[in-house]
Formats: sequence, structure tokens, C-alpha cells
Amino acid sequence: MARVKTYQEINEKIRKGEAVVLTAEEVSEMAKTASPEEIVEKVDVVTTATFGAMCSSGAFINFGHSNPPIRMEKIRLNGVPAYGGLAAVDTYLGATSVNADNPDYGGAHVIQDLLEGKDVILEAWGKGTDCYPRKHIRTVINKNTVNEMILFNPRNAYQNYNVAVNTTSKIKYTYMGTLLPNMRNANYSTAGELSPLLNDPEFKTIGIGTRIFLGGTTGYVAWPGTQFHTTRPKDENGIPVTNAATLAVIGNLKEMSSEFIQAAYYEKYGVSMFVGIGIPIPVLNTEIARRVSINNSQIQTSVLDYGSPGMPKLGQVTYEQLRSGEIEVKGQKIRTAPVSSLAKARKIADLLKEMIQRGEFLIQEPIQMFPTNTSLKSLIEIELPESEGGEL
Amino acid sequence: MNSVKRKVILRFPPQSGDKPLSYVLVKDYDIKINILKAEVMPGKRGSLLLEMEGKQENLDKGIAYLEAHNVECQPLEKRLKFDHVRCISCGNCTSVCFAGALTMNPQTWLLEFNKDECIACELCVKACPLKLFEIDFRDENG
Repeated sequence: MARVKTYQEINEKIRKGEAVVLTAEEVSEMAKTASPEEIVEKVDVVTTATFGAMCSSGAFINFGHSNPPIRMEKIRLNGVPAYGGLAAVDTYLGATSVNADNPDYGGAHVIQDLLEGKDVILEAWGKGTDCYPRKHIRTVINKNTVNEMILFNPRNAYQNYNVAVNTTSKIKYTYMGTLLPNMRNANYSTAGELSPLLNDPEFKTIGIGTRIFLGGTTGYVAWPGTQFHTTRPKDENGIPVTNAATLAVIGNLKEMSSEFIQAAYYEKYGVSMFVGIGIPIPVLNTEIARRVSINNSQIQTSVLDYGSPGMPKLGQVTYEQLRSGEIEVKGQKIRTAPVSSLAKARKIADLLKEMIQRGEFLIQEPIQMFPTNTSLKSLIEIELPESEGGEL
Repeated sequence: MNSVKRKVILRFPPQSGDKPLSYVLVKDYDIKINILKAEVMPGKRGSLLLEMEGKQENLDKGIAYLEAHNVECQPLEKRLKFDHVRCISCGNCTSVCFAGALTMNPQTWLLEFNKDECIACELCVKACPLKLFEIDFRDENG
């Protein structure tokens, strides 16, 4: 009978410092000569990781109450708007929010400044109430003065992502980087065979409550991420060939490091944030062993034209081809470049591996598994009586 | 004696247009020149990024000749700044670098910057999401 391991069994080995831990790249290499049956016998945990720009990120902050107190209804942090509709002194600062006078500085930069221990100017306004009489405050905060700073990212760690090219005659500035005219470059994201959700494509071990490495500290999978899509077209290996599932993740921002959280500004696009995520996958059975054995030649993704409306699909390539430095699309050879850091992802996978080997990081069985058969809705426009409208 | 290559930013005074300076470099000093970038505004100062190849002795003489004609010469390396320490090796700059100066090491996937290959096209300045490049090709005096 095929070997089956339990979470308890694996965690016991971790506690004793006896667990065999490999990174997803190492296990893919091992799988060239070992069968899934052998891998489940030999390996207990496989570490996966990614370090890419993830726009749907941000932080909850509680500033503490001033004396006299203020009900903060409009909030600026270093000039960057933070949400003013969350009780008196709570806020959510989105990574992509920007300072109107300095649009290349945004929420992600404030988050980075805070976690690096820098002072940030907080300015807030309220209408003044009987219990919160104050109408304005301008002061300085840092990570030691605030009560909580919680990173909560609604959509991170995309399961696969598209390759971006541009067929038009004009340069396009996108979140996938600078796309040169006439398909003169092709940009790709995700860490391929090292990427978390490509190693557990059917979410057999990753679910709500999974303990993860987030931005340099321990975090958790809070929920399926927004735009969680499980019914995208899949290849013969059962891997979606375009961006599909996502993760909502949470962790203590005060414990994180700018080595694994980095603010970014994309020309003529805006602010985003690089987030480092590592996820351990327990090798419970041969099916999971087979999944984590997948390598770059077996993972495919779609090439989309980011220059044309509707982003038409132009082709499909493997990560092995993307990493080779050149792909062929519509008969044209195109130079490829990554836009997420494989070097950082490897560092995270190695760090997580060491933490597990030292017995410092146990595997948490999901409290609830993710939904299946989900898809996406588009925003339907319904005709309404005229409004003021206007531009941003 | 082996020939050497050097990339130099030349900044011309407004009234220098009447002298065939590059002709002299080629003819008198036997320097092979390749214009990588030019910014010329009539009546104002202009600048030129020139790759010069020739004998070391001739390059020195050629530059001395240019300086004698009020052309400022500065090695390109002095105008390139890149913050290695903060680089996360995301690869965004490599996607726009057609000169091959910025490449990903295919084993480590760390960014490698070979300044000798740089032609100061400045595409990396905008492509880097951390804003780690400064390639100042402009004339300091405006």
C-alpha cells in the first residue's frame, strides 16, 4: 500500500529536528531519478516561494488615541491617503494609494518606511463630535508608537501569471514592466517550479489557516484571495495556463523586514509592492509528491498582447522556454525577462527550509479548505440617472 | 600596441559647430569613433556620447585636442550610478537593455551590470521599479 503521512507525524519529525526538507527546485531535480513513491518515503516537507509585485496589498494600522481624541475621517500618511471610514483611529493603508503631489510615493513606500522604523507624518481631520471633539491633528508616528500594524493582502501569490508582450508600434508602460513596441521583449512573472500554488494546484495542503513565511516573519493564509478562479483552462498536468487562484494573507507588519517587503513604482502606471511569500507543503502522499515534483518544462503559461484591447492571447510557452532567454510567438523570436525576483524567492525557500529543519516552524493543517468551481464576474454597467461623474 | 575602447561624454560649447572635430579625431589621431547618442540644440550647448577606439596614446592626444577646443570630456562611467545594495534582482531593467549591459545570471538569477556595454539609452532609469539607476547624460549647466 502506498505510503501516507499525517500532519502530526511530520510535525513530530520537525520537533525532533529529523524532518527531511527540500525546496521545490530541489525536489524537481530529485524527481528526475526518483518516483513519487520514493519521494513520499524520503521527503517530509517541500518549501515553495515567490517574490513579486503584488498590488492588492496593504496594512491595517491603529494609531492610538490622542488627548483630546479625534475621530479621524480623512487621513494622510506622508501625504498618502489612508482609509478614513474605519472607526476613530483605525485605518487601512492600501499599497497603491499615492501622494497627489508626489505620485511616485505611495502606500507601499509608507509601509516600507514604517517597517524600517522611520518616522512618518500623520495628518488627520474629523468633523468634531461630543465624544471626539478634536478636528485636526498633525504629528509623527513610527512602528513603536502605533498599537498594531497588520499586513493584510487581499490578493497575493497568483497561481501562474501571463507573459506580457506589446504588438503595437508604441512603448507601453505596465505593471508587467516596460513593453517595447513590435514584440521586442516579453516579460514574465512567477517563480515557475518554485511558485507556491503551482506546487499544490488543487489546494490539497494550502487552505485557510496555513502557516506561511510572509515578508520576513510568520504569517497565515487568511482566506482564498480575491478573484479566486479555479476553473481556468488547465494543461495535461492539471496546471492552469493563465492567472487563476490567489491567496489572502495576513501577518504582523512590525516583525517584517524590507528585505522581503519592497515598495515599487512603475513608470506611467503607479505604485505597487513586492511581497515575499514562502509556503511549506507537507508531502502527505504520492499524489502530493507527484505535484511538488513538477518542473519548469511541465508548467505552461499564456502570452498576452498588453498593447491591444482585451489583451488577446498570442501563444503558450513553458517556464523552461521563458528562462532560456528567448521564446517564439507567431513566428517571431522574442527576448524574455523576468519581472519578479527568483533570487529572492530562492532565498525565502531556503530560509523557510532552515526554519523547519531547526524545528522553529511547524506545518499547520488548514482549518478549512478552499472552494472549488469558482469563476470570475465582470463588472456590469447598469444605466442610471445622470450623475456629476468627472475624472480622477 | 593593442587598441583600447573608451566611452566618453563630450559637451560642446554653443559656438563649436564650425569645427569638424570628429573629422580631426579620425584623420589626425587614427581614432575609430562610434556615435552612441547625440543631443544637439542649435545655439545652445550640445552633447555627444562617443565610443572611441584606438591606441591609448592617440586617445589621450585626441581628448587633449578636444579639450583645447573647449569641449568637455568625461568618461561615461562617472555619469552612471547604480545602487547595487538595494537591488532585488527583479529583472525589469534587463527587459529593456538592448545593449546587453544589464543581464540576469542564468544560474543565480542575480542582476549583473556590465558598465562597458552601456550606451546610456536611459531605458533602465524608468524601468527600474526601485529607481536605483541614475544615468545623467544631461549638461550640468542646463
